[in-house]
Amino acid sequence: MMLLFKRDIWQEIFGSIRKNRARTIITVIGVLWGIFIYIVLSGAAKGLDNGFEERFEDVAMNSMFAWAQQTSVPYAGFKTGRSIQLKLEDVDLLKRRIPQIEFIAPRIVKGAFGGEAGSVVFGQRVGVYSIYGDYPVLSKIATQKIYNGGRFVNEGDIAENRKVCVIGERTQKELFAKDEDPIGKFIQIDKVFFRVIGVKKFEDGGGFGDDGDITIPFSTYRKLYNTGNDVGWLAIAAYDDADVIQVEKNVKSQLKKIHQIAPEDERAIGSFNLGELFTRISGFAKGLTFLSLVVGIATIVAGVIGIGNILLIAVKERTKELGIRRALGATPSEVRGQIILESVFLTLIAGILGIVLGAFVLKMIAVLSQDTDIPYTNPTVPIPYVLGALFVMVVLGTLIGLIPAQRAVSIKPIDALREE
Amino acid sequence: MIEIKDLHKSYAIGKSSLHVLKGINISIKEGELVAIMGSSGSGKSTLLNILGMLDVAEEGTYTLDGVEIKDLNETKAAKYRNKFLGFVFQSFNLINYKTAIENVALPLYYQKVPRKERHKKAMQYLTKVGLADWSGHLPSELSGGQKQRIAIARALAAQPKVLLADEPTGALDSTTSYEVMQLIQEINDEGKTILVVTHEDDIAQMCKRIVLLKDGLIIEDKEVNQIRASDHV
Repeated sequence: MMLLFKRDIWQEIFGSIRKNRARTIITVIGVLWGIFIYIVLSGAAKGLDNGFEERFEDVAMNSMFAWAQQTSVPYAGFKTGRSIQLKLEDVDLLKRRIPQIEFIAPRIVKGAFGGEAGSVVFGQRVGVYSIYGDYPVLSKIATQKIYNGGRFVNEGDIAENRKVCVIGERTQKELFAKDEDPIGKFIQIDKVFFRVIGVKKFEDGGGFGDDGDITIPFSTYRKLYNTGNDVGWLAIAAYDDADVIQVEKNVKSQLKKIHQIAPEDERAIGSFNLGELFTRISGFAKGLTFLSLVVGIATIVAGVIGIGNILLIAVKERTKELGIRRALGATPSEVRGQIILESVFLTLIAGILGIVLGAFVLKMIAVLSQDTDIPYTNPTVPIPYVLGALFVMVVLGTLIGLIPAQRAVSIKPIDALREE
Repeated sequence: MIEIKDLHKSYAIGKSSLHVLKGINISIKEGELVAIMGSSGSGKSTLLNILGMLDVAEEGTYTLDGVEIKDLNETKAAKYRNKFLGFVFQSFNLINYKTAIENVALPLYYQKVPRKERHKKAMQYLTKVGLADWSGHLPSELSGGQKQRIAIARALAAQPKVLLADEPTGALDSTTSYEVMQLIQEINDEGKTILVVTHEDDIAQMCKRIVLLKDGLIIEDKEVNQIRASDHV
């Protein structure tokens, strides 16, 4: 071990490395590539993981949606194929019967799932957009990001059936001039004037919705489109400690009870939960991380084996030199130590270069993907992983160095000297 | 200084074995300059290799400076070589990526001599062989004679008991050969024991004693009147 801290031994190592420049470079590239691949892959996997997480952070992870479809089983005197309509009364019933529900927001929409969208007019400009009827509680389930100066629908709007609306980014761009502040302006939605109270930043929260959506108070929606107590679908957030999949089951069975649907009818109530989706996506990211670990380690191993291979050739090339050294009094352990140290040193240098290069490429990808749709945020490789990879490399470098080292000392100095 | 009794050595060649040394007895005192002569295949190089602990004998005893050399493992042999012996080879055997002074300092490195001192000593021996000005040059930048003088400086640097030279002039023209022999004689004059393997008679005549080998046996062992190499130069 003292060997490591002697200037002389390092000078010997540098000397022989400098002499064999081409082989040194090739060797270094082999390992460098391995660790580079490892760093880039696992960093990218982490970046994707972070990206997904960021993408979903605005949606409560324990949220779900439920909607009504047609029955597929005859029940309680009703024949099959009956269309079910969710009603506002369901909301209170569910909230009362399922204690795990923290928030529940009935929603309704015109235009998003087929059907006629609302035609919107402002001055000379016209557009067709999906119109949502929503309660303020929705913002508790899916964060509503409103640009400065605006607000989302509030309780007052609901109570007084105000004709106010929140518009999307695209709606603003299409209906208003560039420097025009839409807040407070009146736009016509299906021939009724609404005051714009906010512009919503579009967040992709699991499937539907786009950046042109217009939200109006649920109560106003009912009056405007004569929908009575009808509800399009329910957005539900369970408490953090609740099992969202269980809640989903309970919600469905309760809705079946309320609407007299056969308990075994799988089609009458549709549902979707983000928790499950998120689990699946993060599982994908984890799989990717694992894959990158396996691929990375395999590449590092391949690189280190390359070092061993090249050192083995180098030892053959240097047979004579090693013979001279031994004739001059180098003990076998000194020769062995030198070759192993060379191996470890090359591995380490290559490793560090690979890490630096990998970090650089990760940074570049991060910069390039900053303003794109690619879910990719803050790609990092945890320091313990980096150190672990370096450690693995040093250990492998030592082990692989043993082979040429052993070979170097197995040649008799006399034979080594005779070789021309 | 060197005491050899009944030394045998054979090499396996395929199925048969070649008996190279068939019982060598020789005694060399301190300060001698011995030429070992013989045609190729006479066993002179094998003898030198055994003396140099690069090879081991099958039979017989070898005593160097009062120490019996036996049961050599590689580590022990390396230490003995480093302590007792200096080598000069026909093909110089300098390490080609090290400068002259680094080559000379190499045995000292294996003796664990500290850096500065190593450098000082190496310089001292380079001066002795007259190549102080060439200390920073690589072997490829030196002539054959210069290379051999570097090699001699290297062999001397470790302050060995015995200097073993295997055809030291074999790769050199006669003028250069005499220069190298002059250096060897000067070193011998200072009291160093030197063995020179050669097949050139004029080189042998520059030694003080000639041992003639033939078919693995010493057939002649005589003292000669040394011819000074300086007379030729």
